[in-house]
Amino acid sequence: MWESLKEFASWFFVTGDPLIYGAMVSIALTMVAIVFVLTKYKKWGWLWREWLTTVDHKRIGIMYLIASLLMLFRGGVDALLMRVQLAFPNLEFLHSDHYNAIFTTHGTIMILFMAMPMMFGLFNMVVPLQLGARDVAYPFLNAVSFWLFMFGAMLFNLSFVIGGSPDAGWLSYPPLSQNDFSPGPGQNFWIWGIQISGIGSLATGINFIVTILKMRAPGMKLMKMPMFSWSVLSSCIMIIFAFPILTVTIALLYLDRFAGAHFFTMDGGGNPMMYLNLIWMWGHPEVYIVVVPAFGIFSEVVATFAKKKLFGYTSMVIAVMGISILSFFTWAHHFFTMGTSANVIAFFAITTMLIAIPTGVKIFNWLFTMYRGKISFKQPMMWTIAFIPCFVVGGATGVMLAVAPADYQYHNSYFLIAHFHQVLIGGVVFGYLAGIYYWWPKLFGFKLDEKLGAWGFWLWNIGFYVCFMPQYALGFMGMTRRYYTYGWDLGWEPLNLVSTVGAFLMGAGFVFQVWQITYSIKHGERDTTGDPWNGRTLEWSIPSPAPFYNFAVVPQVKELDDFWRVKEEKANGTYKEEPVHLEPIHMPKNSGLPFIMSFCWFIAGFGFVWEWTWMAAIGMVGVALVMWARSFQYDTDYYVPVDEVRRTEASLGRVY
Amino acid sequence: MQQVANNHEHGHAHDHEHGHEDHEQLKVLGFWIFLVTDCILFGSLFATYAVLMHSYAGGPTGKELFELPGVIASTFILLTSSFTSGLAILAMNKGKVKELIGWLVVTALLGLSFIGLEISEFTHLVHEGATMSTSAFWSAFFTLVGTHGVHVSVGLFWMVAIMMQLRRRGLTPVTRRKVTTLSLYWHFLDVVWIFLFTVVYLMGVM
Amino acid sequence: MANHTNHNSHAESHGSLKSYVIGFILSIVLTIIPLVLVMNPLFSKVGTIVAIMIMAVLQFVIQLFFFMHIREGEKPRWNVQTLVLGLVIVLTIVAGSIWIMAFNV
Repeated sequence: MWESLKEFASWFFVTGDPLIYGAMVSIALTMVAIVFVLTKYKKWGWLWREWLTTVDHKRIGIMYLIASLLMLFRGGVDALLMRVQLAFPNLEFLHSDHYNAIFTTHGTIMILFMAMPMMFGLFNMVVPLQLGARDVAYPFLNAVSFWLFMFGAMLFNLSFVIGGSPDAGWLSYPPLSQNDFSPGPGQNFWIWGIQISGIGSLATGINFIVTILKMRAPGMKLMKMPMFSWSVLSSCIMIIFAFPILTVTIALLYLDRFAGAHFFTMDGGGNPMMYLNLIWMWGHPEVYIVVVPAFGIFSEVVATFAKKKLFGYTSMVIAVMGISILSFFTWAHHFFTMGTSANVIAFFAITTMLIAIPTGVKIFNWLFTMYRGKISFKQPMMWTIAFIPCFVVGGATGVMLAVAPADYQYHNSYFLIAHFHQVLIGGVVFGYLAGIYYWWPKLFGFKLDEKLGAWGFWLWNIGFYVCFMPQYALGFMGMTRRYYTYGWDLGWEPLNLVSTVGAFLMGAGFVFQVWQITYSIKHGERDTTGDPWNGRTLEWSIPSPAPFYNFAVVPQVKELDDFWRVKEEKANGTYKEEPVHLEPIHMPKNSGLPFIMSFCWFIAGFGFVWEWTWMAAIGMVGVALVMWARSFQYDTDYYVPVDEVRRTEASLGRVY
Repeated sequence: MQQVANNHEHGHAHDHEHGHEDHEQLKVLGFWIFLVTDCILFGSLFATYAVLMHSYAGGPTGKELFELPGVIASTFILLTSSFTSGLAILAMNKGKVKELIGWLVVTALLGLSFIGLEISEFTHLVHEGATMSTSAFWSAFFTLVGTHGVHVSVGLFWMVAIMMQLRRRGLTPVTRRKVTTLSLYWHFLDVVWIFLFTVVYLMGVM
Repeated sequence: MANHTNHNSHAESHGSLKSYVIGFILSIVLTIIPLVLVMNPLFSKVGTIVAIMIMAVLQFVIQLFFFMHIREGEKPRWNVQTLVLGLVIVLTIVAGSIWIMAFNV
């Protein structure tokens, strides 16, 4: 009995690496600490009622944000481990298998479990407020989306201590990701972690499209809608068209592994190249899904901090919406070297270069908005200004990669690595950080400290160029991606060392930001007006932090940047006060079902990962039962009485 | 009408009722968008099938094993069920709950026989030596046709749930919306089957 | 209340028995024609494939109009716009895959 238990544990748990034992101990200690604190201060009920069952978009947004920052930490540690290993030739810090696992989890986590939730966090925190809505179109579904993401992410991260991490690259190309070359559950963790959170992403896409199309405040025509909401619409359109392709692709990969199918195998008529074709049909739109909302954030930030109307609003709308369609016609540039006809390559090279046009339009619009503006260099604006040169260089190297004949030289070299980090960090990360600094006061009621933020900003920025500029050169010198070590004879060691130093500078920047958040909780400047930046859009017209029903009275919109109009009219005395009439507010009720259903998905996913059919079946039956129960639930909403609205507003300093 | 009146519990009944209706309309739009995403899902499976449809790897071909009579029967059964789910909507618009449930029962029985035919077809194919792991062609075939079958089965469960709710609550804005979305889903599945029938079976036996 | 009911049926699906019956009959016809074409080939293989694909698309359009009432509903018709865009993407996925993979099969 004891022997068989020991045997089970030895393949169930990941063993043999001191780094992992250390991580296991720290995970266990953290969990014990959390349970202890919750029990000691009797917070279990609070956690369940206020957070785990919430359908409030702002709270869901905050949970997304916390999860994404934790994932940024894990992905960042992965990055630093890789840079340590590559700092000098022939290092034996990580052995090759461990290195493979780390670059795989780094890529997967940063895109799917860091960028995506941070983006959804910003969607949730901002979009309904910006539109003048009480919540998203489907608050219950919104909670389902979050918990599916959360349990998917947990399933993926579990592979770290149980069963073993996936190690076939962030997109898990077959045949390497097939059973023959990647036996064991690691690859299945990759499939099911992404699959479960992907369903949530798809639902979020539908949710926000309907919210934006149908729930805008009266008078807010589409062409009077703030730019960030436009960018969310563009991103969600890409989500609903791209994510089903991902669902199919990795489901087929799982069928290959689990049911012995022959979609992407080397034998039985399968075709591994079909996997590349399918996954990039999702993968290319995916990078635009995460970067377009960042463009929306920059548009809001630039207009606010230059105190000018956004230059070229219409062209910006066309560019953002155009990109969402164009993004579906460029996927083959990710595998020019795979071997296909010259016509295919020519077509996809041209469509790829076309993308540069709408992107260029946006860059000029931001520059012209700043031109002759009275710019105040607050943190959101700093990140925006840092973004422009960084993204322009990243975009230009992207056009270099689009030149198909030259791509045969660059393909999968460090040149490519430097390129996509430059657009993803320079575009996505800088953008989301700008957005977090910008909207933080609205969610939490205080600003983040400027001084510590400046440390974070400069460390990130200097670190970025120190880390990635050498990698362009390394690419030209012949260093390809995913090398776990290299010899002294290649002449790569100086640039690699510089790159590692840069990575640690960025890591230091992140530490400063964590410090900044913890410091600001106590000492940050309180936002008493609800409008700390002299903003232009509706979210700044309500108190900070926003009450749970958002708007006591639904605003009547007349113009783009309507709150700015109101402030100007008030200043020059032309503002007509309209009689305010409070009404009971219709709100959705909290529900524990999203959490329970996602937990059932987690059980099912864990069963699928280990190919324990009984467990997968139990999980799926659980999912079905919860959906059945939800279908029979009719008492799902309630009305907030006028008295309560008046009391809440009075406590926030607004009298009706 | 009794049931609609029952819903007017609160004081400001009329306003609330309108709010409800807008909300139900919102859900129909969301469901449409979901159906479009499902189109993409089937589109990806069709693309895979199209690329792998001649990769038999020395195994049996579709032409050798497909038996058209059964497939033709399923096609007409599903088409008829799509029609009867439309008749259910007509009954609903006339406010006749019993007739509505009756047509839903007919639709469900047709759907059930469709699934029965599909199961017997799959068993037959497996007996003939064509399984998921026979060749890329058969992997693509079983996945594409099977995914459609799973959709129909889920629709059947959903239909049962809605019939129970209709009996319990009668016609309310909420149950009306549920019947509307269900019938959209059912028509959608028939549309997918038209292409399955054409691309997989008709082209398969040519 | 009567007013209310009208509003309800107005907002949701219209359709008359006549339109459903027409749609049903047309669908049956459009299923039988390709069957006949495949059983007794009149055209070349490519011609038959083109013909039966056209029939399938026609039947899809008919169901869209006669069963799913795509013409009705409030404006702007976001559902129709989403559908059209979705079909463009589906076409891209299928045709693009075939085009790209043609070189490798």
